[in-house]
Amino acid sequence: MTDRVPAADRLPEEREEIALTAGSVGRPAAATSASGSVAVPERPALEPAGETLTYESGVELEARSQWAYARMRFFRHRLAVASLVVLILVALVGIFAKRVAPYAFDELDLNNITAKPTLDGKHLFGTDLLGRDYLSRVIYGLRTSLWVALVVATLSTAIGTTIGAIAGYYGGAVDNMLMRLTDLFLVLPFLAVLLVLSAFLGHGKPVRVAFIVALLLWTFLARIVRGVFLSLREKEFVEAAKAAGASDLRIIVRHILPNCMGPIVVTMTLFIATAILLEAALSFLGFGIDPPTPALGKLIAEGESQGLESWWLVTFPGLVIVIICLAVNFVGDGLRDALDPTQRRTRA
Amino acid sequence: MLIYVVRRLLYSVVVLIVASMFVFWGISAVADPLAFLKQQPTASQQTIENITKRKHLDEPIPVRYVYWLKDATTNGFGTTTIGDRPIMPDLKRVLGHTLQLVIVAELLAILIGVGIGVYSALRQYSAVDYTATTFSFLGLAMPVFWLALMLQVLFVNIYLWFDVRIFYTANLSGVDPGGGLHFVLDRIQHLGLPWLVLMVASIAVYSRYMRASMLEVVNSDYVRTARAKGLPERRVTMKHAFRNALIPLVTLVALNFGALLSGAVVTETVFGLDGMGLYFINALNRGDPYPIMAWLMITATMIIVFNLVADIAYGYLDPRVRYD
Repeated sequence: MTDRVPAADRLPEEREEIALTAGSVGRPAAATSASGSVAVPERPALEPAGETLTYESGVELEARSQWAYARMRFFRHRLAVASLVVLILVALVGIFAKRVAPYAFDELDLNNITAKPTLDGKHLFGTDLLGRDYLSRVIYGLRTSLWVALVVATLSTAIGTTIGAIAGYYGGAVDNMLMRLTDLFLVLPFLAVLLVLSAFLGHGKPVRVAFIVALLLWTFLARIVRGVFLSLREKEFVEAAKAAGASDLRIIVRHILPNCMGPIVVTMTLFIATAILLEAALSFLGFGIDPPTPALGKLIAEGESQGLESWWLVTFPGLVIVIICLAVNFVGDGLRDALDPTQRRTRA
Repeated sequence: MLIYVVRRLLYSVVVLIVASMFVFWGISAVADPLAFLKQQPTASQQTIENITKRKHLDEPIPVRYVYWLKDATTNGFGTTTIGDRPIMPDLKRVLGHTLQLVIVAELLAILIGVGIGVYSALRQYSAVDYTATTFSFLGLAMPVFWLALMLQVLFVNIYLWFDVRIFYTANLSGVDPGGGLHFVLDRIQHLGLPWLVLMVASIAVYSRYMRASMLEVVNSDYVRTARAKGLPERRVTMKHAFRNALIPLVTLVALNFGALLSGAVVTETVFGLDGMGLYFINALNRGDPYPIMAWLMITATMIIVFNLVADIAYGYLDPRVRYD
């Protein structure tokens, strides 16, 4: 799903930036070091990264790392930045749920049972069958769902990267195991395996659900990382590092891993959206988080069971999921553009 | 080619058998299919013992697996633990329902998705393109069950307020559908919303994919050549670009179709459709390994077949692909 945009389509400042990248030899990344040695007649006095290099000819160049360029590209992607702001706001609401929520999530207001949403500030999102303030429940649900998503993303990224790196670099038994494990998903539907696992490993607590989702999700990243490692381990810069006597661990961590940070970061971002959707589906089907802990998917399920006439019970938690997932996908898009300029997608 | 197919099939069968062992072992080790029965005060000890004997539940798991394998290969996956209900007829019924659901939804989704994708690619960065992009992002960010519920909310409330029934919001058949045109209308009323839900997800994916694929083709050398030799634009896009851009989509559709035949678990649960997905969820809730295993095997077989179809179709459409 990547559209390549020909060079002519790029914005003018980007072309300048490309020219600039070629000119600044501050700290070339390992991958570009072989070809990136632009003819600079005199060797500048090397200073720590981020400093200004002054050549004898009087040209001043600010040394920028690859990450600085990535950051620049990301912040030029307006939709991604806006989405990042939205995500941060949502996360803050989740973190400070106790302060933000007008009521406790299990506080009963028996005078206002299944009250419609009102703008007078009492129950902005209405109340449910037990008179619990729905805005507060959604806020606490958001907190649970976000927490689960973050745990899933962190865990599966860590496992996926480690196993993918080992499988790609060494091959052998780990590689075999990884590939056979992913073959399983070529045969069995992902959601079904997830459901079976959570049915029989037990569910209910957010931690458990997070671990179960992470237990399967890491394989996707592992395959990606494995692919990059497989192709990079034959490259000259790895050979050079080997010849210089670098240990395997050093080669993996310092030389190859930085080259696949792009896909890793992007996948990790997208894992957040995937995890939220999966957790919601699991909770909705009754194989995820159980009450009393409010989670977004469970809130929707409870809303359904309380009758579809009270539309707000189903609408609001779902809207929150849509907003989070949209924002995460846009941020992922921006990151992909920023970190992998060769595979650039259309500007949104 | 033939060798490739045979080898792929053999490998898939091995994966399938290994997967079945793991899943059977996992389920049997954790679940107690009799838990429900044991809670019933009316169920006598004798009944439980009879079932235990009949289903060999007192034997070690590997032995039980062999019994299951025998049932699966010679007896249509055997019967359920409680109730001794034959599994195969049930599976056939729910598969039929899922087919009604999936085939129509996918056909419409392919038509619409391809249309949107091609148009977006030909008018890149136009208002239509941006709208389509926005909607596909929205479609991918929406939980399927939520979309389904929102549609239910909408049509339930239309029914409650205006007393007009446009769609049924649950189940497959409440009243006798009748025949002819009435039957068609009844299907549309019952399946309209589930079709819509499945379509939204598929269209979001297909249109993005088609757009990317079409953009790549439109900018390729042979399309430029076709234009250069003076072919009319319509012929260039339809005969040269479009047909080649469709090739990657064929793979995607075949894979997706195989996966969807396992039943849109979520959609079927929301709409209470007696399809593959709901069957699976119910079996899972009962903790009965036999229907779960049967479902997984049927599903896996269909996925394997469609993966193979995807590969063969790709090779047929793109002769540059070599099998080895």
